[in-house]
Amino acid sequence: MADAKIKVKALNFYYGKFQALKNVKLEIPEREITAIIGPSGCGKSTLLRCFNRMNDLVSGVRIEGEVVVDGEDIYCPSVDLVHLRKKVGMVFQRPNPFPLSIFDNIAYGPSIHHFASRKQFPEIVERSLKAVGLWNDLKDRLRDLALTLSGEQQQRLCIARLLAVEADILLMDEPCSALDPIATERIEELMRELRKKYTIVIVTHNMQQAARVSSRAAYFYLGELIEYGSTQRLFTRPLRRETEDYITGRFG
Amino acid sequence: MSMRRYYEFVIEALIFASGIASIIFVLLIFIFLLKEGLMLFEHVGVFEFLFGKYWYPISEPPRLGILPLILGSLWVTFGATVISVPLGIACAIFIGEIAPGWLKEVLKAGVELLAAIPSIVLGFIGLVTLVPMVKKVFGLPTGLTAISGSIMLAFMAMPTIVSIMEDALNAVPRGYREGSIAMGATQWQTIRRIVLPSASSGIIAAVMLGIGRVVGETMAVMMITGNAAVIPMSFFAPVRTMTATIAAEMGETVQGSEHYFALFAIGIVLFAITFVINLLADFALHGKQIRT
Repeated sequence: MADAKIKVKALNFYYGKFQALKNVKLEIPEREITAIIGPSGCGKSTLLRCFNRMNDLVSGVRIEGEVVVDGEDIYCPSVDLVHLRKKVGMVFQRPNPFPLSIFDNIAYGPSIHHFASRKQFPEIVERSLKAVGLWNDLKDRLRDLALTLSGEQQQRLCIARLLAVEADILLMDEPCSALDPIATERIEELMRELRKKYTIVIVTHNMQQAARVSSRAAYFYLGELIEYGSTQRLFTRPLRRETEDYITGRFG
Repeated sequence: MSMRRYYEFVIEALIFASGIASIIFVLLIFIFLLKEGLMLFEHVGVFEFLFGKYWYPISEPPRLGILPLILGSLWVTFGATVISVPLGIACAIFIGEIAPGWLKEVLKAGVELLAAIPSIVLGFIGLVTLVPMVKKVFGLPTGLTAISGSIMLAFMAMPTIVSIMEDALNAVPRGYREGSIAMGATQWQTIRRIVLPSASSGIIAAVMLGIGRVVGETMAVMMITGNAAVIPMSFFAPVRTMTATIAAEMGETVQGSEHYFALFAIGIVLFAITFVINLLADFALHGKQIRT
């Protein structure tokens, strides 16, 4: 893959003495959905948080190796974290809209990054909400507190707020685990829609979800990348015994 | 069996009695305060009492206007608030959001220690250090002024403001901060735009309780504000607060005299002020939770 959006090269990650990721090599293609699967504690969330350097917030972590996003090693000391996180947005397990109005949730990004004037905010809000399918439902109540929305709407809003800062990689850390099956299906629908313009990396516990939405999948176990390939191949003809055990439910 | 039941009953009764005791004490104190304080108004009008400009309780006939005392308390409280609120808020933000683990623990211990210093000790230290300094720095005839009291009381209000506000910051869900940082916001942007607004009710409560502490403080202000019962025209003049008046004069007054009743009436005014402040703090703290 010459045009990989994210390239992980020999990545080792330590929490204190505990090694959470072991020599991980991975290339994530542009404008596709890549799923990271594996049992709890296998390092999949840790890996995801390496892509926008959210692990920096945790004390006592150590990282070796390289993570290259758009041709730039993001662990290089000269990297501008503000710029990186603007480009690589993250959706969390629990929807976490800010305790502000719906409008202000979307306008927050543009206003902290100063790339749009106040006058442009309504247009950005409309465009972002339309992209996640919330505009028709919410256009008359933009001043309401975002916390009054349903879980699914909150999660969509969290995605919309990343689109507003023109992120182009979306990291999703079990984005549906706090949602019911119907909401989950609708968020998956949205992900398929967003794939056309964005590179999406999703961490999920839910194997069916990985099979439904992703085009490539990586199986992790105890910090090691066991197998990585097209989702269809990985789920129908896994090369490794461990992968087969996990996806068929004999383990994990 | 009956023995066990009897035992249960006694325990429950004891717990109930202890629980109810605090309410009974408050009621008794309140009734006593009202009974003694309201007697004053047989002799002096309410308006004359609250807005009278002269406090000459032992002249003949006594003049019992507490306007200078109310203004004294207000000046000192206002000054202490202006000093302690920005300092306290900044301190709480540093402890709660910015300081690394070990420094955070050290600072928290420091703030708690500050709260543990008896006010008389603070007053004493203020008297020998702060008062001469104020005199020298501002070139005043005396350092026993409202500003000295304000600075000293600011130290006393700080621990209250810092610890309550830090709790409020702690209560802000981690997800808000992570969401903001993950969008590329800097730490300060996150604090100012997300954390502080979500903790706003707790911050207001912290400030209110800090002010409440200042209004009720007695010993330190009595020692360093000069205690002149005249209407204060500036921060650099001696003032006398309501609390200091009660403390200084209660021992020398004749029980049942107008002066005696007047001191109780001052107590009612103080009680009303602190009650309103605490009520506002409580409202800020709990009134908003219904929404979320």
